[in-house]
Amino acid sequence: MKHILKIVAQRIALGFLTLFAISLIITFGVELLPGDLAQSILGQAATPDAVRVFRIELGLDRPAHLRYLDWLGGMATGDMGVSLANKRQISELVGIRLSNTLFLGGFAALIAIPLALALGILAALYRNSLFDRSINLVTVTSISFPEFFIAYVLILFFAVNLGWFPGISNVSTELSLGDKLYRTLLPAATLTLVCVAHMMRMTRASIINLLSSPYIEMARLKGIKPMRIIMRHALPNALAPIVNVIALNLAYLVVGVVIVEVVFVYPGLGQLLVDSVSKRDVPVVQACSMIFALVYISLNLFADIISIVTNPRLLYPR
Amino acid sequence: MNNIIKILLSAPFSAKVGMIIITFYLIVAIFAPLIAPYGEYYLATPIAYEVWSSDYPLGTDNLGRDMLSRLIYGARNTLGLALTITVLAFLLGGILGMTAAALGGWVDQILSRVNDVFMAIPSLIFALLILSIFGTTIPYLIGTIVILDATRVFRIARATAMNVAVMDYVEVARLRGEKLGWVIRKEILPNIAAPLLAEFGLRFCFVFLFLSALSFLGLGIQPPTADWGSMVRESAALIAFGDITPLIPAAAIALLTVAVNFVVDWMLHRSSGLKDVS
Repeated sequence: MKHILKIVAQRIALGFLTLFAISLIITFGVELLPGDLAQSILGQAATPDAVRVFRIELGLDRPAHLRYLDWLGGMATGDMGVSLANKRQISELVGIRLSNTLFLGGFAALIAIPLALALGILAALYRNSLFDRSINLVTVTSISFPEFFIAYVLILFFAVNLGWFPGISNVSTELSLGDKLYRTLLPAATLTLVCVAHMMRMTRASIINLLSSPYIEMARLKGIKPMRIIMRHALPNALAPIVNVIALNLAYLVVGVVIVEVVFVYPGLGQLLVDSVSKRDVPVVQACSMIFALVYISLNLFADIISIVTNPRLLYPR
Repeated sequence: MNNIIKILLSAPFSAKVGMIIITFYLIVAIFAPLIAPYGEYYLATPIAYEVWSSDYPLGTDNLGRDMLSRLIYGARNTLGLALTITVLAFLLGGILGMTAAALGGWVDQILSRVNDVFMAIPSLIFALLILSIFGTTIPYLIGTIVILDATRVFRIARATAMNVAVMDYVEVARLRGEKLGWVIRKEILPNIAAPLLAEFGLRFCFVFLFLSALSFLGLGIQPPTADWGSMVRESAALIAFGDITPLIPAAAIALLTVAVNFVVDWMLHRSSGLKDVS
């Protein structure tokens, strides 16, 4: 047990180190720009006075390490500074959008995970059958499709031709949960299609991998039904890689929402990030990037810890 | 030569279809000016979003340029940029990865740890951050994606080269006094070429999709250059009227990635099958 705690603690420390490195890249990336950010955003035509005022507004007149510490302290206490574009508090812009993004990601995960597990188990059970091969073909194709292609195909069929769902999912806090789910169904379905394929293939692969081991052969010779062999004998041992790939896909979902949010004009964090990049609203981009990186790394960390804890070999080190 | 043809003919149906599609794309990209009915930037008609007709087989875009011609030139621009980026990423990541494996010790430690940090950053977020600071120009676009992609190449190149670097013949070459560059080029590289080639296909797909996604967000290849991702973005409004025009460039992207994946699947299967025999 002590051994496992040590590994987990090391892993968490590494996570913090990575976050620290990312925060450095986010703040000092500005320094890498040849010349000066203020000059670059305002353009060559700007008067020296305008550039000077803008530099003070960006905080570029202060030394970089002080700026970094201020920014880090601000992020930790929820004060993320002010947007350049509309002078509003960034925390105010981010708050509701972050919860919208997590809602969409969570909704997609809720559909995708059970679906991927069921399909993966069935494909492993009936492997090399017509069902398995057609599922395999479908997943290879859906992995290679760009998200916006799937999104527009869904919009064309379900929003324009059939008119069942709205093509634009503008949710707000006043809506009831049912209404919110109805409006976010198409974006959630897009995300589901993109990430189910990967999870399902991993589930299938890790179960099939186990099916060749002697204890499964033993169970089969005892005359246990194939479904029971998979559910009771193979699945528990395949759980670690499956949980790992699910957590990795959740991390993907959080970042993958960016494009889906833009297609469906969904008021989430990704939309804000893309808008701010095209406006070169650097403080907002920095804040959003840090939040995305934080969620992404926490989920990756979680995946690692799960796979460490569920590995019984690590419980009894030699 | 005969050998290569024999191997290609032995490919399964899906891989053959993939190869035919890839060849078709390459021909279109190379001979774009000869095939396209109009020029890349030519304003064919003052009417935006013209419907499909014999003059404009796929209609016109938001500025009245011929959609089909833009699609054909788009093959050239998007494919060319994606290929350039993948090749550069392989040069950077491959050389560093093989060097790390061949040298080992602290060089390997430093390179691997730095690589771990870069790999832990979500790539889209990293790219958006860099592009917001530096602005969306082609050199920065290429540089950003090359760095992001090189980290993945580094990992696989290092892992496969690690297996080769411990072999006796590498040891012999070292004792003979061969230089590091020679060992990497003549001993390690030929032995990891097969997995690297399959990885090249996968990385190309990733770069191609990533580039299209950035262009779709309006942050990749900038207008007026014809590019599939931006073409989807420019004509996206049409989808609300049930017009499938925006889906065509998107489908062009999808078809190519599916084709490459089919071929890569076969190559991976083949290289793992060969390992079983020896």
